[in-house]
Amino acid sequence: MSEPVSALGGASFHGFATIREIGPLGMITLRAKGVKALDKAVKAVTDTKLPAPRRIEINGEKACGWMSPDEYLLIVPYAEVSATLASLAKSLAGEHHLAVDVSDARAIFRVEGDKAADVLRKLSPVDFEMLQPGELRRTRAAQVAAAMWAQDAGFTVVCFRSVAGYVMGLLTHSAQPGSEL
Amino acid sequence: MSTRLAKGGRLINRTQPVEFSFNGKRLKGFQGDTLAAGLLANDQMLVGRSFKYHRPRGIVAAGPEEPNALVNLGAGGRLEPNQRTTTTELFDGLESTSQNHWPSLEFDVGVVNNYAARFMPAGFYYKTFIHPRPAWKHLFEPIIRRAAGLGKAPTEGDADRYEQAYAFCDVLVVGAGVAGLKAAKAAADAGQRVILLEQTPILGGRAPVDDTEVEGKPVEDWISAMESDLMARDNVTIRTRTCGFGVYDHGYVLADERVADHTPGDGRPKHRLWRIRTGKIVTATGAIERPLSFAGNDIPGVMLAAAVRDYVVNYAVSPGDRTVVVTNNDSAYQTALALKAAGLDVPAILDARETADGALPQAARAAGIRVLTGKAIAKVKGGKRVTGVAVCAQAGEGSVQEEIACEAVAMSGGWSPVVHLWSHCGGKLTWDETLSAFIPDPSRPPLNHDGSAMVEVVGSAAGDLTLTGATVTIPPVWVMPQGAPIQLRSKMWLDYQNDVKVSDVQLASREGYVSVEHTKRYTTLGMATDQGKLSNINGLAVLADSLGQEIPQVGTTTFRPPYTPVTIGALAGESRGDIFQPLRRTPMHAQHEAAGAYFEPVGLWRRPYCFPRAGETHEQAVHREVLNTRQNLGLLDASTLGKIIVKGPDAGKFLDMLYTGVMSTLPIGKCRYGLMCNEQGFLSDDGVVARIDEDTWLCHTTSGGADRIHAWMEDWLQCEWWDWKVYTANVTEQYAQVAVVGPNARKLLQVLGGMDVSKEALPFMQWVDGTLGGFPVRAYRISFSGELSYEIAVPASHGAAFWDACVEAGKALGAMPYGTECLHIMRAEKGFIMIGDETDGTVIPQDLGLDWAISKKKADYLGKRGQERTFLASPDRWKLVGFDTLDGSVVPDGSYIIADGVNGNGQRNVQGRVTSTYYSPTLKRGIAMGLLKHGPTRMGEIVEFNTAAGGTVKARVRDAVFFDKDGEKQNV
Repeated sequence: MSEPVSALGGASFHGFATIREIGPLGMITLRAKGVKALDKAVKAVTDTKLPAPRRIEINGEKACGWMSPDEYLLIVPYAEVSATLASLAKSLAGEHHLAVDVSDARAIFRVEGDKAADVLRKLSPVDFEMLQPGELRRTRAAQVAAAMWAQDAGFTVVCFRSVAGYVMGLLTHSAQPGSEL
Repeated sequence: MSTRLAKGGRLINRTQPVEFSFNGKRLKGFQGDTLAAGLLANDQMLVGRSFKYHRPRGIVAAGPEEPNALVNLGAGGRLEPNQRTTTTELFDGLESTSQNHWPSLEFDVGVVNNYAARFMPAGFYYKTFIHPRPAWKHLFEPIIRRAAGLGKAPTEGDADRYEQAYAFCDVLVVGAGVAGLKAAKAAADAGQRVILLEQTPILGGRAPVDDTEVEGKPVEDWISAMESDLMARDNVTIRTRTCGFGVYDHGYVLADERVADHTPGDGRPKHRLWRIRTGKIVTATGAIERPLSFAGNDIPGVMLAAAVRDYVVNYAVSPGDRTVVVTNNDSAYQTALALKAAGLDVPAILDARETADGALPQAARAAGIRVLTGKAIAKVKGGKRVTGVAVCAQAGEGSVQEEIACEAVAMSGGWSPVVHLWSHCGGKLTWDETLSAFIPDPSRPPLNHDGSAMVEVVGSAAGDLTLTGATVTIPPVWVMPQGAPIQLRSKMWLDYQNDVKVSDVQLASREGYVSVEHTKRYTTLGMATDQGKLSNINGLAVLADSLGQEIPQVGTTTFRPPYTPVTIGALAGESRGDIFQPLRRTPMHAQHEAAGAYFEPVGLWRRPYCFPRAGETHEQAVHREVLNTRQNLGLLDASTLGKIIVKGPDAGKFLDMLYTGVMSTLPIGKCRYGLMCNEQGFLSDDGVVARIDEDTWLCHTTSGGADRIHAWMEDWLQCEWWDWKVYTANVTEQYAQVAVVGPNARKLLQVLGGMDVSKEALPFMQWVDGTLGGFPVRAYRISFSGELSYEIAVPASHGAAFWDACVEAGKALGAMPYGTECLHIMRAEKGFIMIGDETDGTVIPQDLGLDWAISKKKADYLGKRGQERTFLASPDRWKLVGFDTLDGSVVPDGSYIIADGVNGNGQRNVQGRVTSTYYSPTLKRGIAMGLLKHGPTRMGEIVEFNTAAGGTVKARVRDAVFFDKDGEKQNV
């Protein structure tokens, strides 16, 4: 069997900030609300607490982000997706929920450097001066949906896989040397 | 002549000379000059021609209000028409050419219009070019457009790039003059996040030109202290060269930053559009001086008094050795004093007022300047430049009392506060009798979400015309002299760029125009690229006078963004070239490109339309793909197909409401075709639904419908059936999907190996999970072609590799990739409907003979009640049938089926239309599906389709399944 490949095969660009496409990354959409076992179920797979609204709880390679009042984004290593889904199915058995693998439906970018926020300021209506550590923003990058959060001296940006080339184009355009804000 | 003075110039750097060109002439200027200053320093007083009469035009102003001095700037990929010389920073190598003349600026044939001016009054085009009707389109308009027009449209693509950026603050201050700086500091002191925008490269505004004091300090010192103070603060962002040009609801402001206009080609974006969300807006946008309306006020050398002062003080440019000042207020006296201080001659100040005894007039007299009160200019003498003025009494009708030789005229008709940004979102104005100007009415501001004032206006924009707040009086002087006869009034320009004169507005009034908005459009007053910054108040004052009304009764025209022209590039931002719009690519996109696919847009996706081989037309490629798929094996990238997971205890009930058929009873492991309608009953989407487990279904949608249908589901779940236990997830992009189609389809899967795909193990309309060639797959046995067919879903990150594996394994089986057109033809041969072809938002499933897919047992589904309405339930509806053309030809797309007689409009009656029409390579003739009145009861009848070329195509009505009606090909 072939190895899974990310949308752009790890493309990168070095402008006034560095853009790297990373992945594949394991991602699971978990939808549930008012389910008692939810905290424990999430704790069991990402070893984080359930995030508060607009927050993401990060624990090494794993994370749990709040996406909406009844939706969470679980991040795990790509190879652990099946086991994670199985664990969730077990802990949430009998409870109304939906857990589904969306790892391959996404593309993930890292934007790094002192002025990384300037790259994103050109694409997303986000007040980066007010963005808190651990805050997850669901927003847009120019014309497409995107989610982003600050992490490890930079930002992680998630978009749909089909528009990975478009988003790479946006980030490259925005990070051109000399166009710092 | 205008020239550079030996000394002075607070904005220029004499150690940094720059070279530039105007109409090919090489000229010299200094760093810090505007292009206008550079032109004047080189005695280039004539810079363009007016729009209608092609009159010579010179520089009038020193800021964004300039109506005349527009040029083509740059060349090739950097050519920009209509660039304002007064706001263009001079740089080394700048190229400019004048506009709106032929063959040359000095000698322009269009100027004959000037001599025919009396035959070209207001509304001339409307009145003259009405008859004969066709002549407008074919004769008048092309000629007028060529003769008119301003700059040249560039013929090359823009060499520059643009971007946008978002910013947020508590207080946004627009304008960094003294008032703006004060406002920014006050907000910063209060701990608020402040953004300060300034349209020019430097802070301070016009105050330093007038050499005043602020808070006890010389103004220049005060400004530099303020600048360092603000720059040092973390909560203040200052952006120069950035014009806040539009105010929108909820504290939204757009601003245009000219990042690299003055450094073209340095790799930076040329402009950056700022999209700013702010709690409060403070506009400190200053005031613009008004011209006076006297005969010949458009001759090059007649300038605004403050502009003359700007050129002398800021750029050390003399407008001429002798400048006559004409005014109705004290501020113009500063110009006279500045000229004197620069060693230039002011032969006279003509003041329309009977007395002028303020501090400035007294200072002027003390400086030895001749001040003539109660006087006016009867006419300006000269053609391409001023040679003198004829003086008359303001109270009279223009009898010349004296002639004064001069090279320039500095005029001031008072000041108009820049109220544009205040007005964009509905801030109201009030007429100030003392200033003879509209000023913002703070009691009627544009409102924020909470009813508070969204905009506050400070400084001269609010009508405070002195830094000290002292009273300034500006008497109304709208025509000079007040009793001027028509000969003079028809030479008094209100709108310089569009050639609108006092006499034109008066004529419009006599012809019955009473609304200022109508008069504007009839006369074109204020409709030029300067948007009437100089002409509006003078024009509406003349209109009010003609109508015998007060100015506030007449009112102003509407202020709309942008305040100054914004290049389209900035509005488009990054959306050019490869990132013009998001282009959605499937995991196999690169493979298709390598295979030479010809792509077509499907929503934002690009899908292969066909895979032409060397020497093949697209049509030939499509036909080859159809035949090969029917005879051997075809591979289709079906990844774009929408895939939505629906799960929960109520999911079955939910899907039974969404689909016209029953999905709740679908056994696990099986597939069922379903139709979705909107509430009106019209067919909205279709696709195959697979039951995954006890409470999970997977709904396939059309490629273009995935996001829409997912949103539709969420809409019902969140807003209507919020207590139903159902979750959805759009997993369209999680899977690459390959349709393996044709007699050899099963063989291919067997070559890949790993799971049983036999007729028994995987019957038609079932699915199974397994592996193929080592890939984790879900195999659906479904068919949109009538052939033995599987759709294989693999995780997207394996999609490209799986496609390659299919192509490789398929080589021995005659496999060829096929595109969307082949798909369309094959489904039409089988009579399968296509959303968007057979449907157009007015078609219900019953029209398409899909009654079999509509449950009769269910109490309700979305669209059921709609479909019961009499019109939709009528037996007279157009219904789907097939057509065989009698001559085997292809019915033209879009054809109607004609009926007897004509309708009330004299148009031929129709009884149906074609919905899908193709040449069938399988059947070797044209096939068509279409809607026909009473269609299914008319089998065998001959009907006629119209054609765009005239004539008709005869066709025989038949059922819509053209090929393999019994389904033997897929049942193997």
